[in-house]
Amino acid sequence: MTNKVLMQGNLVIGEAAIRSGCRFYAGYPITPQNEITEYMAENTARVEGGVFIQSESEIAAINMIAGASATGARVMTSSSGPGISLKQEGISSMAACELPGVIVNIMRGGPGLGNILPAQGDYFQATRGGGHGDYRTIVLAPGCAQELADLTMDAFDLADKYRTPVILLADGMMGQMMEPVVFRKPKPREYRTEFSITGAGEGKSKFIKGLILPAGDMEAHNWKLFRKYEEITRKETRAVCEINPDDQAVIVAYGTASRIAKGAIKRLKDQGISVGLFRPTTLWPFPAAELLRVVRGGTKKVLVFEMSTGQMLEDVRLAVQGVAEIDFYGRPGGTVPPPVELANVIARRLTDKKRVFNHFE
Amino acid sequence: MLNKAIFSGFGGQGVLMMGYSLSHGAVKEGLNVTFLPSYGAEMRGGTANCTVCISDEEIASPITSTPDFLIVMNIPSLYVFQNRVARGGIIFMNSSIVNVEPVRKDVAVKKVDCVGIAEKFGDARMANVAMMGKFLRETGVVSPDSYLQGLAELLGKKKKGILEANANVFNAAFNG
Repeated sequence: MTNKVLMQGNLVIGEAAIRSGCRFYAGYPITPQNEITEYMAENTARVEGGVFIQSESEIAAINMIAGASATGARVMTSSSGPGISLKQEGISSMAACELPGVIVNIMRGGPGLGNILPAQGDYFQATRGGGHGDYRTIVLAPGCAQELADLTMDAFDLADKYRTPVILLADGMMGQMMEPVVFRKPKPREYRTEFSITGAGEGKSKFIKGLILPAGDMEAHNWKLFRKYEEITRKETRAVCEINPDDQAVIVAYGTASRIAKGAIKRLKDQGISVGLFRPTTLWPFPAAELLRVVRGGTKKVLVFEMSTGQMLEDVRLAVQGVAEIDFYGRPGGTVPPPVELANVIARRLTDKKRVFNHFE
Repeated sequence: MLNKAIFSGFGGQGVLMMGYSLSHGAVKEGLNVTFLPSYGAEMRGGTANCTVCISDEEIASPITSTPDFLIVMNIPSLYVFQNRVARGGIIFMNSSIVNVEPVRKDVAVKKVDCVGIAEKFGDARMANVAMMGKFLRETGVVSPDSYLQGLAELLGKKKKGILEANANVFNAAFNG
């Protein structure tokens, strides 16, 4: 007997949020994340003072959580690509106003309405800000149900700690798949409520605003945010390394793609080809220094594998700085290739002497 | 040990329930498990399938191009999935409905009169549990006790009344 429970990924996110003390959730339905909204509807009442709202739109949802966050509550919204696009104005505003909040994106095929199958095409949107202005969002990338639980809890802690919106970036497969999980005890909340608007009183007036008209003041605010982002980059960058000294190459992949990569690595091992895995669990800040250390340590070939046409690839190039050859394999649009396909691609690219490694197929 | 199975049939045959209950049984034994349902745009009466991976090691990919076991509850599922079964694998067929032969000659075929067994205990809707009995008898992926424990948990208090009938169907197929 174990204390593990078998749960669908979307429900794991919901349960982890409830256990973290998420007091306000607003969301609008979209596949493949509907179960999060469903779960929050049923369970938000378990949190003292918990409120669930099925909003009239995604835009309403993000602005509702911004408002609830301003009062000091732990807040979350969730959606998939098309809905996350709609939320960008609100996310930018939350970054400007330094409002903590968790935004879950269960990615599906895009652009446009695309389809409802798992994809990783929202990497740029998540890591490059997505909305307007000079800001960043912390982006967490879970690779299994257990990490969905752990990183959802971490997302609330990080959002509070840095007073910034945090994006949990997973895909339809992570959301729909069931795996056993154990929920850890959440950390007690440490949040300075002196910024929160908690009702009329004797104290000084408080302002939470993103409209700062004088150039000097806005510049100062931008630098303040920048220093915060620098601190996050210094302290919160995470990656999981599974590297061996005799690796002929290292695969860089996150989320579902990293699962497929693991399967491919096992198959390649049976063929006598040793390949390592570098799996970022924060996509912003990207673990650039860690990856550079890996390639400086001897792995001279890097293969980026994504369920997109190549987005994280750009961060890998920036990180590797020309120290190693970089190759790419991608399947966008909701296609989830089996491990054998990736294994074949890697084997072919490593053994074909005529083919230059850093060329796309 | 890594076992990968695809369960497939019409929506309503309890195909997802088969995979779900097996996954529960695996958790009972402390095994690693992934359960991946198909969630594409399907119509009512359309096809349903799910992939279950069970291992005592970490499970890399929850999808499989070559399942060890294929469970088909209707004919279309046989046509869709039979070519994917690993060489030497097993195809389990619900012979109450599936009255065609697989084209594969390099796999074992087990036929189960799922509806017949279920009806003996009063309800054809338990056909999926009959299949699970045969499946676990042949594969031993999890023990029958763990499976029935998992099933009891799934049915919960609400459906406690039907647990006994389901357990009878399961045991009849397992021992039959």
